Amino acid sequence: MQITPERITYLEDLAKLRLTDAERSAAETDLAKILDYMATLETLDTEGVDGLSHSRAGGNVLRQDIAVPAGVGRDALLENAPRSKNGYFVAPKTVE
Amino acid sequence: MDWQQHTALGLAALLRSRQLGCAELARLALDATRAANPALNACTALMETQAMAAAHAAQALLDAGDAPSPLTGVPFLIKDNICTQGVQTSCGSRMLAGFCPPYSATAYQRLLAAGLVPIAKTNMDEFAMGGSTETSFYGPAKNPWDKTRVPGGSSGGSAAGVAAGLAPLALGSDTGGSIRQPAAFCGVTGLKPGYGAVSRHGLIAYASSLDQIGPIARDARDCAALLALMAGRDPLDATSMDIGFPAPDANGAPTTDLKGLRIGLPKSYFGPGLQPQVAALVQKAAQALAAQGAMLVHIDLPLLDYAVPAYYIIACAEASSNLSCYDGIRYGYNPFAQDAAETQAAVIGSNGKPAPAPALAAHTLEEQYRQARSQGFGAEAKRRMLLGAFVLSAGYFDAYYKKAMQARSLIRHDFEKAFAACDLILGPTAPTPAYKLGAHSANPLEMYLGDIYTVSVNLAGLPAAALPCGFAQEEDTILPVGMQLIGPPKGEASILRAAVAYQQVTNHHLHRPPPMSEQACTSGTPHKNIQADVAPAASASPAAGKTAAPVPSTKEVQP
Repeated sequence: MQITPERITYLEDLAKLRLTDAERSAAETDLAKILDYMATLETLDTEGVDGLSHSRAGGNVLRQDIAVPAGVGRDALLENAPRSKNGYFVAPKTVE
Repeated sequence: MDWQQHTALGLAALLRSRQLGCAELARLALDATRAANPALNACTALMETQAMAAAHAAQALLDAGDAPSPLTGVPFLIKDNICTQGVQTSCGSRMLAGFCPPYSATAYQRLLAAGLVPIAKTNMDEFAMGGSTETSFYGPAKNPWDKTRVPGGSSGGSAAGVAAGLAPLALGSDTGGSIRQPAAFCGVTGLKPGYGAVSRHGLIAYASSLDQIGPIARDARDCAALLALMAGRDPLDATSMDIGFPAPDANGAPTTDLKGLRIGLPKSYFGPGLQPQVAALVQKAAQALAAQGAMLVHIDLPLLDYAVPAYYIIACAEASSNLSCYDGIRYGYNPFAQDAAETQAAVIGSNGKPAPAPALAAHTLEEQYRQARSQGFGAEAKRRMLLGAFVLSAGYFDAYYKKAMQARSLIRHDFEKAFAACDLILGPTAPTPAYKLGAHSANPLEMYLGDIYTVSVNLAGLPAAALPCGFAQEEDTILPVGMQLIGPPKGEASILRAAVAYQQVTNHHLHRPPPMSEQACTSGTPHKNIQADVAPAASASPAAGKTAAPVPSTKEVQP
């Protein structure tokens, strides 16, 4: 598997990362090696097999659609915000 | 009295009989942790205030004749990805350095309610991604048996802390082996409960379909006691369930009789990748279990080679999703929020005067995400997010993620077939004992391959424990080796019963690493009282040269 610089850029976009030049060239090599290894799955016969996205026995678990207070107040939730103002999280402008 | 010689249940009994006070014990644990940390680096935050408050509360209850649990007053360590309200929960990452959660994990709350005493948060691989604790933002923890070696990971701090006697109990988490492998490397006992047995509410997620919180302790009885206090359905975690785990009988004599127990030895687990010393020790353990009445059974788990690729595809995919919440806006590292004076003070120009800090790019939402994440995460976390994005991306989803999900289904089926022929599966935990710090730094794939015996258990959602089965010799160091017992769904009790029985007739779990002060800095010193149970590879048994170590003679089970 060849990991091109364009592919790395695409993955950076998906993961919202910006790698340094050194990180990019390491990624090209490492990802290629790891993905080649992951491709050993190709030799496994999975014809007609239903994939499992989890391992929990039993079906889905539902509850009544009633809001339950979390018991954590707004002030507590804002305490870890690097920037907050008037009880809001401060984020960069998103709409021009 | 040497408090560090006692198990958690032993200490609890001493507290109840007033031979020891809760505050006194808490102080001993805090002092031990403080003293050991410069050399061991097992802990990231000391919980002095919380410890003394819990100790005083526990003492008051004991004085009123009212112990809420068999472990009331006992100190414990908490892995740093488990939310502890008001106390740093960093996940070993710069991204969450200084983050104090506004709520506590359910498992942690249940232990506080039971009167246990929290001592410290423990060091871990960043966001639980790693097998050596080397990816931690806080630097690696060291193996108490040899400071030049890794304690394993990602719960390395918890395992090292228990092994070094900082506290008799610790919480870890296990997604691909992160409780079991460090337990094996540090010579302690660790259990990964089956998926759903312990609530994940407040466990900061790595891979949500694989993660589980579990106990690490000096023996299986202590693990059982800790599990009993944490397990059970939690309305705040819809994947949690009651596993009917029995209350520990702290006063009853554990049985040593394993008659009727069928222990499966998978052929594929004893293949060429397994270090001969480790193979020999696990086989010795099998013989010990057989001597206690268990019947050894040939089984196979032929899909072993697909477990690691399937695991890494699924874990990285889930991680890339879970870690997408870290953007430095609601919490976490935000380079744009650094105090200008702080940043400027750090940059001294060539004229000796503070220089303007390098300007970050214009502060758009995109730059916020990119900069916070690129600076907040370490290399391994980034690698796994990129891999995760890849295997989920258009054009590759089918060949990778969908294929891995199918492999997962087949691996689970493999175990179901195996458990028709046996009650527990016995194998190694890791292919080698603890390796040197930095040994795998250049090659992440080598690190991943070390997970070969542990990951399929997480994929199948099964319970499994690691416990010491002997010591191997590497250069001039003696290192613990851990065997792994895997159980069927709701098999926690069965695993722990067998582990307790084994520990009644063996003493590997009783050995302690040499005090940190006695260890040379450049190489490990063999602990004087322990001989390696097997010779190193150079003078090994005839089996060493063959491609597969022989499985001990077993009685075939007729289906």
